[in-house]
Amino acid sequence: MRTQLIKRVLLGTVMAGALLATQPARAADDAVFQAFGGKEGMARVVDDFLVEVQKDPRIAMFFAPTSIPRLKVQLTEQFCQLTGGPCVYQGADMKSSHANMGLTHAHFNALAEDLQIAMTRAGVPNAAQNKLLAKLAPMQRDIVTR
Amino acid sequence: MQTIGTWLGRGLAAAGLMALGAASAQSVPKPDMGKLLATGGVSQVEGAGGGGLTPWALITGYGTRDSYGANAHYTVVRTGEYALDTYGVAVGLMDRVELSYARQAFRGTGRNNPLDDVTVRQDIMGLKVKVAGDAVYDQDRWLPQIAVGAQIKSHQGISGGILNGLKPRDLGARDNSGVDYYVSATKILLDQSLLINGTLRATRANQFGLLGFGGDVHNHYRLAPELSVAYLFSRHVAAGLEYRAKPRSLRLASDEDAYDAFVAYFPTKNVSMTLAYVNLGRIVEALNPQTQKGPYLSVQVGF
Repeated sequence: MRTQLIKRVLLGTVMAGALLATQPARAADDAVFQAFGGKEGMARVVDDFLVEVQKDPRIAMFFAPTSIPRLKVQLTEQFCQLTGGPCVYQGADMKSSHANMGLTHAHFNALAEDLQIAMTRAGVPNAAQNKLLAKLAPMQRDIVTR
Repeated sequence: MQTIGTWLGRGLAAAGLMALGAASAQSVPKPDMGKLLATGGVSQVEGAGGGGLTPWALITGYGTRDSYGANAHYTVVRTGEYALDTYGVAVGLMDRVELSYARQAFRGTGRNNPLDDVTVRQDIMGLKVKVAGDAVYDQDRWLPQIAVGAQIKSHQGISGGILNGLKPRDLGARDNSGVDYYVSATKILLDQSLLINGTLRATRANQFGLLGFGGDVHNHYRLAPELSVAYLFSRHVAAGLEYRAKPRSLRLASDEDAYDAFVAYFPTKNVSMTLAYVNLGRIVEALNPQTQKGPYLSVQVGF
């Protein structure tokens, strides 16, 4: 009985502490996601981004065999999660999804440029753009295979 | 040293022309221009890829590790009593090696300036090799991009005004020509939209080498720190501050530390413009007690 009480008090304290710890952190973490305009804004950026890459002669060929509607859902999910939004990316990991594409640094950077163009067009502040790019940049190590 | 510098300079200029020629030749792959905008930096005052005063660890041009890039630049600095003009070419190979060649002309101006019309020239050959890290991709690591470099400076004599026909040795320098060695570390903190560079230069150069190397105060290499911080306002615009220490080997050359505040604009990967306000300190205090400060403008074209 007594141990039960102690357990409950401890659990309560931990939960309250966790709540206190996550509350302000969540508000701050989600700031980049909000700067993109939340889920709707993010979907618009990804939409425009995919239009941009499909007309970019440097990388358009890599998107030809891809289902664009599916990619749109996955990218929106991924960017939402990376910017601190309430999403969980459920697609394949970067390494296996780019394994046989033979991508170079130039391809990777072309994609980043198209994303920058789309983000700028959507009015995403530059600091928020760079925060997403900071999360994407190290993925180069898994994506570039040539 | 001068003949070696000149010879190497000619070889380098030829290599640069070959690289430019190769761009149009069928047998050699076209330059990929694959690096992100601004990530080759601009041309610093001695011709290396960097900021305005300081070389950075970034390799010049827009070629990725699979390609190459090249550019040419012209830079003018106008302080109260001096004018510095620099032009040069640089090549970046495989985003690993950078070769550069620049010519500087430094001139006294103004009727009341005892050094009016005195023109000092030097040629600078630069070599830089990236040895570790990647400034752009390593956003999840603390390691900066690190490069080591050398600037081989060969004096081209003094002409005009009261110093006509003299060499730096006639003014108390130990050598007319010499070599600076440096290590640079550049970190782009995308999360903060910041670029930070620290360079440590081993040098005996008096006023960048324009007044020779070593002198009557001392004649050994000194480690001079250089710092740059830039805020990335957009992918087209960066602005920041720089500091460069100098070794003070020659009594005649005041060799005070230099500072600048700059804005660099990258409309496309083919052209960049840098506008700065630079403070070079006092140059030759005995003759010009004024601190030398004024505008700096640099234009770079390339790929």
